[in-house]
Amino acid sequence: MTSMTAPKTAAPSEGQVTPGRKRSTVARRLIPYGYLSPTVLLIVVLMVVPIVMVISYSFRDNVIVQENSVFAGFANYTKVLTDPDFLVALKNTAIFISVSTVAHLVLGLAFAMMLNTQLLGGVTKAIFRIVYILPWLFTIAVIAVIWRLLLDPSGVINYMLQTLGVVQQGVDWLGDPGKALWAVTFVNIWSGYPFFMISLLAGLQGIPGDLYEAAAVDGTNWWQRFVHVTLPQLRPVIISMAVLDLIWTSQQFALIWMMTGGGPLHATEMLSTYTYKQAFSEYEFATASAAAVIVLLLTMVLAFFYVRQQRER
Amino acid sequence: MAVRASRLKRVLGAVTATALVAFVAACGSSGSSDTASGGDVTLEFAQWWGAELPAGEFDKIVNDFTAQNPNIKIKLLSAPYASTKQQLITGAASKTLPDVVGLDGAWVNDFAKQGAITDLSKLMTDANYDASQLASQVQVKGKTYMIPVVNFVYPLFVNKDLLAKAGVADVPATRTQFLDAAKKISATGSDVKGWALPLDTAVPNGIQNDVMSWLWASGGSMLKDGKPDLTSPQVKSTVEYVKSLNDAGVIAPGSLTMKEQDKVEKFTNGQVGMMIDSLAHINLIKKNKPDLKFEVAALPSEDGYSGKRGIPYASWGIGISNSTKHKAEAFKFVSYLMSQETNAKLSTIANGFPGNKNAKPDFSNSDPLFKTAFDIYQQGYPANEFVGLPKSEDLMRSFDEQLQLVLTGKTTVDAALAKSQQSWSSVIE
Repeated sequence: MTSMTAPKTAAPSEGQVTPGRKRSTVARRLIPYGYLSPTVLLIVVLMVVPIVMVISYSFRDNVIVQENSVFAGFANYTKVLTDPDFLVALKNTAIFISVSTVAHLVLGLAFAMMLNTQLLGGVTKAIFRIVYILPWLFTIAVIAVIWRLLLDPSGVINYMLQTLGVVQQGVDWLGDPGKALWAVTFVNIWSGYPFFMISLLAGLQGIPGDLYEAAAVDGTNWWQRFVHVTLPQLRPVIISMAVLDLIWTSQQFALIWMMTGGGPLHATEMLSTYTYKQAFSEYEFATASAAAVIVLLLTMVLAFFYVRQQRER
Repeated sequence: MAVRASRLKRVLGAVTATALVAFVAACGSSGSSDTASGGDVTLEFAQWWGAELPAGEFDKIVNDFTAQNPNIKIKLLSAPYASTKQQLITGAASKTLPDVVGLDGAWVNDFAKQGAITDLSKLMTDANYDASQLASQVQVKGKTYMIPVVNFVYPLFVNKDLLAKAGVADVPATRTQFLDAAKKISATGSDVKGWALPLDTAVPNGIQNDVMSWLWASGGSMLKDGKPDLTSPQVKSTVEYVKSLNDAGVIAPGSLTMKEQDKVEKFTNGQVGMMIDSLAHINLIKKNKPDLKFEVAALPSEDGYSGKRGIPYASWGIGISNSTKHKAEAFKFVSYLMSQETNAKLSTIANGFPGNKNAKPDFSNSDPLFKTAFDIYQQGYPANEFVGLPKSEDLMRSFDEQLQLVLTGKTTVDAALAKSQQSWSSVIE
C-alpha cells in the first residue's frame, strides 16, 4: 500500500489567497484524478455498465427482443429459481467445481512435490515438468475435440479398456447420463491441474530448508513433516488457489458446450450452459440475466472469502 | 526541471484522456455502413459462406459486382457459421446488424419479430423486381424477410462396400428395407452400425435433418395450419420408427451427444453404413477417404407411399438489416447474387442448388453424385418446416430432449409427443 503526500509548499498567509492561486490549488488537487480517469473510464465502460445493464435486464420482461420492455420485479428470479433445469444445473455445477478443485489441489500438490524432491535428477525433473504442464498449453477447443475422440465408444480409451479386459464393450462415456458428468469433470481436472502444480511448486520452493532440518532433528518422519511443515507453509497459497479455482471452474462454459452441450438429458447442464441457452436459444434475455445475476452473487461470496484471505495475509 | 516534468505529465494526461474519449466515442458510434466522400457507399455483408467456399472464390463474385457498380463497395465479414450466428444474434438484439446479412431460415422469425431485418417484399416492389424467378422466399406474416440464395439438400448417403458386404443388393427405398439393411450392416462387425443419429443438444439440428426428414420423406408434416401437430399418426409413426432402429441396436453408440461432424466422420471411416447428410460434405468425405465407395439416394419413405418425397434442406439465405441507411443499394447487391448467371456460378462453386429457378448449376467439373442429387431434388420437393418458425433451435432442442427420454426408455412415445406438443404450442402461437 503506498500513500501519497502533498509536496511541501509555503502556506500563504491569511488574506493573501488570490483567485488565480485558488484555481491552481484546485487544479493541482484534480491532477491525480485526471491520471486515474482513463482507468476509471475503462472500468466503468467495460465492467460497471455491462453489470448494471444485466442487473436491470433481470428485473424487466421481454428485454432486447422487444422495444418496450416492462418492469417485472422479481418474476424472472422466481421463474429461474423454480425451473427444474436450473436446479439441476446448480447441483451439477456444485459437483463439477468441488470435485475439480479438490482433484486439482491433490494432483497439483502431488506433482509439485515430485518435481521438488531431491530424489530425482535435474534432467528427469525437467522432462516431467514439461510432460505435466502439457495439458495447460492446449486451448479448451483442442482439449474438447481430443477428449471427445478419446472417449468415443470406438475411441482409444475404450480400446485400451477392452484390450485389458476391464470392459466387454465400448462405454458411452459422454452419451450415458450416468457417466457424462464424471467424464467432463475428469477432463476439466486433466486440463486444470498444471496451474495448481506450478503455483504450489513455487510455494514449496519458498519454504525455508531450516524448518525441515529442525523437524528432522526432532525425529519426525516424512508424513509428520508434510503435515506439520509443508501444509502450514503452503496454506495461504492453497487457500488462494482453491478459491480462485472455484470461481474459474464455476464459469467453465466452452469445455462443457463443446463436449456435451449440457446433455445428455441435462446430465452435464451447468449454470453457464443454462444461461447461454436461455439467451441464445430461447431468446429469453431477461431470465438469462436473472440466472447470470444469481451466478454473480454466488461468485461474489467466493470472491469475498478470497479478498478476506488476501487481507489476512 | 520539476516544472517542465509536471507540465509534460499534464500534457500526457490530457492527450491520454482525449484519446480515450475519442476511442469511446468511436466505439459508441452506431451504423455499420459508411458513406465516403463522393457519394460512394460501403456495405458490410456478414456471412459464413466465404469461410465454406474455396479461398478467394466468393471475393471474385463480389468483386464483379463492385466492378459493375463502382459507387458501391462491399466489405465482407466472413466467419464460421457458429460465430456468424452469435454475431448476428447480438447484432439483432442491439440493432447493429451489418447492412446485408447471411441468414439461416431458423433465425428469420426471431429477427423479423425484433425488427432487425427489413421487409424485402417492399424493396422488391420498389425496385420492380421479378420475384417469380425465386425458387423460394421465407416469409413471416406474408412478408418476405429472407431469400434462399443456395440450397443444400440432405439425401441418404450409403456406403456401397458395407451394403455389399451385408448382402444387400439395392439401396433401401422404404423404411422396412432400411431397417433390414441397417440390421445386416450392423451384423458385419462389432464396430460397424447401420445408421448414425446425432442428437447433441448444443446444436440440435439432428432433429431437423435426421429425424423429421423421415416424416417429410413420406409427405408428412409436423404442423397443421401453422400450429404444432406432433401427436398426429404420421409424427408418431416417425418417432416409433426411430425408436425401432434404436431397439434393434443399429444406431451407432454415443448418439445422445453425437454432433453432425461425428456422424460424417463415422461414415467416412466406415463405422456406419448409412447416414442422412448435407450434399456439401461429399467433397470432404472424398478428400478424407478417396477410396470410399458411396452413393446418394432419396430418403426411404413409409411402405406403400408413392407421393412426392420431401427432402430436407438448409439454405444460405440473405436478408437486409432494418437499420441500414442504404436499403436500395443493399437490395441491388441481393439482386445481383440472385441473378441467373451469378446464382448459377455461386451454386456451382458451393456444390449447392440455386435459389433462382432459371439458374442451372454447372455439374461438368463436379462429382457425378451432385447430378444424382439434383435429380432427386427435382423429383421431390424441398422440405424444412423449421424454416420461419420462432425459436426453431429451441423447438428442436425440446423435441430432442423428449426423443432422448424415449430412446433411453424413460418415457413412452405418446408421452414424449404430448410433452413436445405442449412445449411447442407455448412458442408457436
